[in-house]
Amino acid sequence: MAAEPTPSQTVGPYFSLGLLLRDADQVVAPDAPGAIRLTGSIRDGDGEPVPDAMVEVWQADEEGQYRPEFGWARSGCDGDGRYSLVLVKPGRVADAVGGLQAPHLTMLVFARGLLRPVLTRMYFPDEADANAEDHVLASLEDASSLVARPTGDGLEFDIHLQGEGETVFFAV
Amino acid sequence: MSRRTAQKPRTLVDGGDPAQPAYLHPDYVSTRLRAPQRPLIVLPHTESELTGPAYGHESIGELDHDLTRQHAGEPLGERIIVTGRVLDSAGRPVRSALIELWQANAAGRYHHDVDRHPAPLDPNFTGAGRCLTDDEGRYRFVSVKPGAYPWRNHPNAWRPAHIHLSIFGRAFTNRLVTQMYFPGDPLFAFDPIFQSVRDPKARERLICSFDLETTEPEWALAYSFDLVLGGPNETPLER
Repeated sequence: MAAEPTPSQTVGPYFSLGLLLRDADQVVAPDAPGAIRLTGSIRDGDGEPVPDAMVEVWQADEEGQYRPEFGWARSGCDGDGRYSLVLVKPGRVADAVGGLQAPHLTMLVFARGLLRPVLTRMYFPDEADANAEDHVLASLEDASSLVARPTGDGLEFDIHLQGEGETVFFAV
Repeated sequence: MSRRTAQKPRTLVDGGDPAQPAYLHPDYVSTRLRAPQRPLIVLPHTESELTGPAYGHESIGELDHDLTRQHAGEPLGERIIVTGRVLDSAGRPVRSALIELWQANAAGRYHHDVDRHPAPLDPNFTGAGRCLTDDEGRYRFVSVKPGAYPWRNHPNAWRPAHIHLSIFGRAFTNRLVTQMYFPGDPLFAFDPIFQSVRDPKARERLICSFDLETTEPEWALAYSFDLVLGGPNETPLER
């Protein structure tokens, strides 16, 4: 029997009480082979940092397999709206049209003021060829907001919730 | 970057579904600078959208579901039992779904640095819990009824009493975070977060029901609240 979905409501300002009690910001240990430090900031429509936000990621393993016990992590944000995660580059996963997707993370951002989480993807800057044939990136007029930037010791991926440079957000 | 030619993606203008809040709900002031303004791109369903993390029972502590037994003494307030089921949109139970919960204490104060409401903290109440659903999708928490509390959205603004709930479904894109309200709260009409759901029938789905059968005589009142997850419903790997 079909059931009507429960409406979403904001996480509000106090979610760290329930959601950030335990460290869960590592898909793999920082000293694991291939570990990548991913950082970034969440910005509002005025370009101001959003400190009361939380990022969750879901990814395939390095072979491109999704495994229930591997590949999820979350991070709160500091006073500058910055999150920090440790992960590995996932392998390529089949797309919906008979090809392969470029390596990517699925990301959800939760915050006070977001009545539903926003859904986005992060792609890797050193995968130009795979990114060029990715069916999601290829369908977008401007996919630049979905590709992380290399930093000295990892990757940087900022999320702009609104306005100039607004990140591409998805529905399913 | 060269790209193979692709069809233009299907897009969705936000706010089309009155049973879910739109990102922009100006009465809730914090949405004004945080709501995305561009149409959402509809993703085709691949394994990235249809899979999600799973949690084992070993990761849940024995008292994680009982917010009244996490300290040396008992918290003040009206003891409550909250039970319900997690279902997918086809009405099927979602088993081993992780539910995380947080709430204010009976006086309407959160155990959180940012909360400046001059109501007392309770040394015997943190207000956080979690559990996994069983094979029928059932969950059970024991807590105290949270108090209403003021906030600064507009003059004399008060949140109706509520419990925050976060749920992981079978797929990561089934993630739900919501708030459970209590029947008959006089603050409903004045709360822009509750009212952000425009469909009154959908708003009713945010309110738990008093549940006499589950009530424990001379111990605690009970409320029931089912959680129905939207989003993709395909199951690539039956777990």
